[in-house]
Amino acid sequence: MSATDTTVASGELGADLLAIVDRVVAQAKPGEQVEAFVSRGGDTEVRVYQGEVEHFVSAQAEGIGIRIISDGRTGFAYAGTLDEAAIAEVLAEARDNVQFGTVDEWAGLAEPDGVAQTAQALWSDELAGYATDRKIELAKELERLTLGADSRVRVDDSNYADAFGEAAVATTTGIRRWGRENGCYVSVSTLADDGDETQTGFGFSVGRTPDMFDLGKAAREAADRATRLLGATKPASRRTTVVLDPFVTAQFLAIISSTLNGEAVVKGRSLFKDRLGDEVAPPFVTLLDDPTNPLAYTATDVDGEGLAARLNPLIEGGVLRQFVHNSYSARRAGTMSTGNAVRGGFAGTPGVGALALHLLPGTRSQDEIVAGIDDGLLVQSVQGIHSGVNPISGDFSTGAAGLMIRNGQVAEPVREFTIASTLQRMLMDIVEVGGDVDWLPMRAAGVTLVVTDVTMSGA
Amino acid sequence: MIDQDVIERTLGTALRTGADFAEIYAEDKRNTSVGLDDGRVEQVTSGRDRGAGIRVIKGETTGFAHTSDLSETGLAAAASAAAEAASRGGGGVRTVALTPAERRAVNEVQQYPETIGKTAKVELLQRIDAAARAAGTEIVQVSAGYADSRKRVLVANSDGLLAVDDIARILARVNVVASGDTGMQTGYQSMGRTIGWEVFDPASELFVDVEELARDAARQALVKLTARPAPSGSMPVVIKNGSGAVLFHEACGHGLEADHIQKGASVYAGKVGELVASPLVTLVDDGTMAGEWGTLAIDDEGHPTQRNVLIQDGVLTDYMWDHIRARKEGRGPSGNGRRQSYMHLPMVRMTNTIVLDGHDEPDDIVANTERGVYVAELGGGSVNTASGDFVFGMREAYLIEDGRITEPLREGNLIGNGPQVLRDIDMLGNDFMMGNPGTCGKDGQGVPVGDGQPTLRVKQMTIGGTAS
Repeated sequence: MSATDTTVASGELGADLLAIVDRVVAQAKPGEQVEAFVSRGGDTEVRVYQGEVEHFVSAQAEGIGIRIISDGRTGFAYAGTLDEAAIAEVLAEARDNVQFGTVDEWAGLAEPDGVAQTAQALWSDELAGYATDRKIELAKELERLTLGADSRVRVDDSNYADAFGEAAVATTTGIRRWGRENGCYVSVSTLADDGDETQTGFGFSVGRTPDMFDLGKAAREAADRATRLLGATKPASRRTTVVLDPFVTAQFLAIISSTLNGEAVVKGRSLFKDRLGDEVAPPFVTLLDDPTNPLAYTATDVDGEGLAARLNPLIEGGVLRQFVHNSYSARRAGTMSTGNAVRGGFAGTPGVGALALHLLPGTRSQDEIVAGIDDGLLVQSVQGIHSGVNPISGDFSTGAAGLMIRNGQVAEPVREFTIASTLQRMLMDIVEVGGDVDWLPMRAAGVTLVVTDVTMSGA
Repeated sequence: MIDQDVIERTLGTALRTGADFAEIYAEDKRNTSVGLDDGRVEQVTSGRDRGAGIRVIKGETTGFAHTSDLSETGLAAAASAAAEAASRGGGGVRTVALTPAERRAVNEVQQYPETIGKTAKVELLQRIDAAARAAGTEIVQVSAGYADSRKRVLVANSDGLLAVDDIARILARVNVVASGDTGMQTGYQSMGRTIGWEVFDPASELFVDVEELARDAARQALVKLTARPAPSGSMPVVIKNGSGAVLFHEACGHGLEADHIQKGASVYAGKVGELVASPLVTLVDDGTMAGEWGTLAIDDEGHPTQRNVLIQDGVLTDYMWDHIRARKEGRGPSGNGRRQSYMHLPMVRMTNTIVLDGHDEPDDIVANTERGVYVAELGGGSVNTASGDFVFGMREAYLIEDGRITEPLREGNLIGNGPQVLRDIDMLGNDFMMGNPGTCGKDGQGVPVGDGQPTLRVKQMTIGGTAS
């Protein structure tokens, strides 16, 4: 959700969705807290293969989720339609579900907290009116550029995608917001062959409008990622210093943030639960969650409960400063919501999560950093980070591929090995943050990150 | 759900621009879920999803649109949008006459989940919670979830196919956290069936004891409190029956999906008839196993599911197919066209992927392994189908020393290369068992899948731990 205007008149943008949430909230019975969330959105996806459109998907969806809290018990229901009869059924089901909930003294909806929104330009009329033929042309152009980048490269698929969405939320506690946003990206998957061996790569470019795309960069990266792994072998097992490529660092930060999640903390499932104020990383490490930074792909001005999104320093100068909270986890932790309610659409209640993470950058480029390392490993990609990392115990183990670093230069490619440590140790073992912040289509920005004493398991 | 004449007219509209093929997939799904966390019923959720996706194929191009409006007007609008997406040219008029197929009953459902009161569902989770907590004072957190759904499906296409299905699903899971001197450790178990509430009746053939499930999750967390770091490097790996067929799902299943094959993005392309695995291995994808998580009467393109032998005694016999890829090859589909919902395009997917029994006694497999790792439960995994490199997590594992299972190990990833690991299977047990229900993700869509395998040994795999 995004944007701003809470005094929309009939006939204006958002008026129909606000009218729906208002009608639902007005049906609250005495003693009930009611929250209605409605959204409507759609996307276009064009996939091109060998110069032809392989598929063209044009999809739209809308729906409503209603949460009711009464005497400390919570009930929820949703439907994938905004049809009046269905909305009445959703309200009745949510109300019925309340009686099965356990009384929870901290249960409750968000309340306005006076924090002002940082208004952001998240909607583009230009993208909304962008012609279909031009979308197809972009995907074809990206395929052509990628094939032209290296003769060993084939394209698995080349895609253009855009999405738009608008949402409204209102509660009996005084929240009432509407907002909308749209965005687009192109992506390409590559295969590079050398004899019997095939390696893969990918490239992408994102924007609020297609003018922001850098197709050349996406094509080059997709070709490079696949070709530079050709001939890769399985390395010997050892301990080493790893240089994480920005794309890998972003995935690492996303895992770290799950340990700083207020819900995990109040439920005793975070390894950092008792460590506020402790040094958890070296002094040059500062981790921010800043959805108000317009450069962040996931920038937003409102969270999933309708509170203003805001800048939250999580680790500052190496010291653990705060966790992220929605209104429930905050109430239970005895603090205020940090505006970090995240909502996966109308079919669920808000959870907690970081919105737009980034590490305060250092100064050096990846090349400069590599030049200073005698013996190490540049990690280009990780595989299985969701299965090999346990954010509760802290165990970290992931499949990886990349290039060895010898005497300040990238050397032979390696694959089919893992890198392992624990999350706690990896944070303490950071020796440098690069200056090369890369704003990726993820909840965390990438930057080159150097970590020492990581176990590499191979042959 | 939709009258036959409305379907026929909608398909006619979809074919208006001269398309080769048009299809309607409609679903009406109701679901209930309950979450219990920290001893509290956090909330009961009820949901309803209803709509239709319309797919139009012209030449090599597929157009797709969907709608939550199942009226004739709503369907016509989606059909026009899909037709427009597939083609910008004009075309002729084709009429469609549908032949309704008889509904297949692969799953006999006795008690549809929506006929069971929500109180019983809450009580089920409370039993899970109590059983897990009773396992030891070190158990500090238990969260449990229950979800059921009933989905009515209708698929019709311009080839005259009209098929319906009515699918019940029940899923329960439990996550446990144990706390000790060495920090926190976790345990997890789950069950999933495509039958009704009778799954919790001890008299049922497919009965699942949820308290046993909870005790097992708790045991896993407790055992790991004394675990030492997993080794790093290559060694023999024994995988317990019913705990690791995800290995085959990742190591070769995805690579046998015809979409990857046709784009030359699989290490198994062009290898039918060749020895691709140890001769011990017979791999089957079977969508017809009664009550299992990946079982369906018809796939999401309306074709009956089948038992497809993919690898017979180590020799690659066939791939898995959906409508588009089978048509391109001039052959019949294999019942593997699946989609997450009416909002998604179908593609080639697995159902229940299983390795058939071998002849070894499971105890002999361990006894014949001097030093290695015994994996009692694998977690999730992923594969790069083009290179064959895969990875998955070990949720519960032990060291094997001198032919005996000894100390528990902390979590880590196992990695390998699909074709290599298939060749390296050197012992295969006679104790086949199905594993936990899974959700397989591909191209942004998740679909329920099952897997199963007997105890087996892989001669050499890389363990991604931190110990030397």
